[in-house]
This record gives sequence, structure tokens and C-alpha cells, in this order.
Amino acid sequence: MGLLARARLPELEEAWAALDDAPAFEALRRPETGLVMVRGRAGGSGTAFNLGEMTMTRASVRLADGPVGHGYVAGRDVRHAELAALFDALMQLPARRGAIDAALLRPVSRRIENARRRARAKTMATAVDFFTLVRGEDEA
Amino acid sequence: MYVAVKGGEKAISAAHCLLAETRRGDVAVPELTLEQIGQQMALAVDRVMTEGSVYDRDLAALAIKQARGDLVEAIFLLRAYRTTLPRLAASMPIDTAAMDVRRRISATYKDLPGGQVLGPTFDYTHRLLDFALAAEGAPPAKAPTAPADNTSAMPRALDILDREGLIEPPGESKGGAAPGDLTREPLAFPADRAVRLQNLARGDEGFLLALGYSTQRGYGNTHPFAGEIRMGEVAVEIVPEELGFAVEIGDITVTECEMVNQFLGSERAPPRFTRGYGLAFGEQDRKAMAMSLVDRALRAAELGEDADTPAHDAEFVLYHSDNVEAQGFVQHLKLPHYVDFQSELELIRRLRKTYAADAPAAAE
Repeated sequence: MGLLARARLPELEEAWAALDDAPAFEALRRPETGLVMVRGRAGGSGTAFNLGEMTMTRASVRLADGPVGHGYVAGRDVRHAELAALFDALMQLPARRGAIDAALLRPVSRRIENARRRARAKTMATAVDFFTLVRGEDEA
Repeated sequence: MYVAVKGGEKAISAAHCLLAETRRGDVAVPELTLEQIGQQMALAVDRVMTEGSVYDRDLAALAIKQARGDLVEAIFLLRAYRTTLPRLAASMPIDTAAMDVRRRISATYKDLPGGQVLGPTFDYTHRLLDFALAAEGAPPAKAPTAPADNTSAMPRALDILDREGLIEPPGESKGGAAPGDLTREPLAFPADRAVRLQNLARGDEGFLLALGYSTQRGYGNTHPFAGEIRMGEVAVEIVPEELGFAVEIGDITVTECEMVNQFLGSERAPPRFTRGYGLAFGEQDRKAMAMSLVDRALRAAELGEDADTPAHDAEFVLYHSDNVEAQGFVQHLKLPHYVDFQSELELIRRLRKTYAADAPAAAE
């Protein structure tokens, strides 16, 4: 579900359009945009506190042949949440899982990993090695 | 006391029209897109998201555009918008130790496991205006790259002190009660650390910067060192009721500052280093650092220190940190106060009459 949340809308639309037998579905919960309170911890690992909110959109669908899928995606894109829910439902059908994994999830994962690797390489070029100078009075 | 006025509809409506036209400026100049603001005014967006307390780059960019670049006004717009949205969930606390780090520095340790990386910082720039940016030109040279070891972890710098027992632990992390939430409950005193941190995270950067600065200049000196500042992306997880397990909804960029402070010990605690904590949305060294200084200052009473400076005064700090509240109360003075003022005017006239009647007697 993390990958479906991080997928871009065109990636999801394309994968949806590429299904030659797109399933019938009904909306269990129409896409709804709201807020998630993001929490942090003092000192990174201590007392939890409320940092601030972020927008999130959620949707739930039921496929004609049974499975229920949920989409929870950062931001306000209702179509993104709906498609995430649809693919989440499809992933529960063993017959579909492999194809969706190959056509959507793995490419998305690869794109994200590549972007991260590029960002990391640029970050690592700014690795710094400060050294401390000997102060004059120490040498006397 | 404020007495309501009515009327002025026509003038107000014309002023709003004029505002819209002025906002757009010369139509021969291309209009800013939200994407341009999001990309090229990214740090303004970060500040509006942090103090507006809603992480949404597009909404913050829209608020900045609508506010003509007035960030406090943009923060107000974002705060107003958030009230129209339902609260769907609270996240699991973000794990900043697992951050995909784009900047990480320590002023206390030269050699840290994982190393120090400067990232896209203003630090060590010469602060000379770059006139090349005044002309639209070719894109900048590509940033250099270096081999990245995907496996090298970046543990917290302060864990080094923690292992030796030279610093206080980061505080209890026990689950249980949800932390106090200022968007649901009004501020009450004494405010616990969770509520203080939420208040400071939403607080005006300028106000916190000045307070943090005051602690450095001697109004509550806490001998701070920037133990670690890190910036990068962290995943946000929620546990939807219908699923019962955690799912990631996406990533957000945050800046975290852990300040180390000298502490000579008191009746309640042994000499050891203490911590101040700062956390902000986006790339915001200055905000996170100021927040961590003020967080530490507000812990004075808890640590048994003298608490006699402005930065130590929780009521003073927390009641005045919110720039939406502050600007509202200051700017309400612009509204017509005719009745209010009329009564003051009459009072002054009466007092002066009495004064004049008494004055000759006093002179003799």
C-alpha cells in the first residue's frame, strides 16, 4: 500500500487502462480528503507530540467478485485514492497479483529507488570532513 | 469594548477587486504558477506548512500566491482552510532515525558513524548577491555525485553520549494516552512537554528565533551545542481502524535539531548534558534550532534551574508564539472603534475639566 500511495497518478491511470478486463466495482466509501495529525517524538525517541497535520485522501472499494480494497494517500487527489483502493483490492486476487506486481508495483518501486539513489549520490558529494587547527599557544 | 459596525459594503467590495488586480500586477509579466512557487520558493512553502500546521505543498503555494507573498497572511489562510477538513487519523510517531537523510551535521562530533553531509545549505555561502540569477539563463551546472553506500546507517549523534550516561535520556516513550492536542483543547497551564512542543512547532519563527537568541545572550544561558541537525524524508504511517495494521501514506520532508546543553546538576538531577528538541516540516534549520533552544529553556523548572527570564516563562512564551492569534489581535486595532474611542474622549474631557478647575488652587 505504501507503493500505491507513492505511485504517481499517471502510473496508476496507465496501469488501470492497460488492464484488458477491468473489473466492475462499487465504492464502499467515496474518496474523502481530510487531515492526518503527524506525530513526532521529543529527542527523536522520547515523548510523542503532535507536530502538525498533513492532507490525506482515502477511499474504499469492493470489486464485483468480492475483495475489498482501501487507498490511503498523502495529498488531496481523490482519483489517486480511488485507484490505490482498486489496485489494493485486485492485489488480493491471487490470479491478478503477479501481473499487477510486474506492471505497476515493481516499476514504481524501481523509479523511487532510482530517484533515492540519485539524491543520495548528490548528498554524498557534500560529505564533509572538518579538521581542527592546532592553536598557536599549544606549540610554545 | 468593541461595538460592531455595519455599512461600507461597496467600498469593501471595491477594495477586494483592487486587491485582486494589485496582486496580479502588470499583466504583461507572466503569472506565477503554484508549481513555480512550490519549486523555487520552496522554503517559503516550508515555513507556511510548518506554522500553518498543514503539510501540503500545493495548498501552501496557493496561500502564498493569494497572500502576495505575505507569509503570515498565507499561514492564516492555511489555518482557516484546515478547519474545513475532517481529521481522519493520527500518525504513528515518525521515525527520524530511519530518515532518508539529505543533510546531517553535528557541531559536537567531527567523526560520526555515517559521516556528515552538508546537503543543499546556505551555510558557507558568501551571502553576496548573485546577479547571474537576475537574468534568466541556462540551468545551473549539475550537482556533483559521489558513491553512496546504501547500507551506511546514520545513528543519532547523541546516542554516543547516551551510551556513556553523560546525557539525560530522550524522555519516556511509553505509549498510552495520546499527546495533548492544541487544535482540540485550549492551552492550559502547567503545559506538559508534548503540548509545549506542538505549540513551538506551530509557533512564529521570528518570535522563537528572538527568544532562542535571548537565551544565548545571557537571558537564561543554557550553553547550547548543535548536537545534530538532520533533514530529509521520513515515511508517515497510520493505522486505519478498518485494517488494524500500519500503512504508509507517503513521505514528508522534515528538519530535526537536537541541541545539547550544559547542566551543572541540581538537587533533582546529577550533572550531565540535557536536551532541547526542534522539529519542523521541510528544510528549516533556523526554525528547528530556535525551537530546540526554547524547548530547553522551558524545561528549567523541571530541571530545578532558576527560571527568571522571558524564555523560561511558559505562559509568556506559549501564549505569544502563535502568529495567527498575534496578528489577529494586533490588527483588530484597525477596525472601527468609534464608540469605544468616543467614550474615552468624553472621559478625557471630563478629567481635564476637573483638572483645570483644581489647577488654579494648586498653583497658589
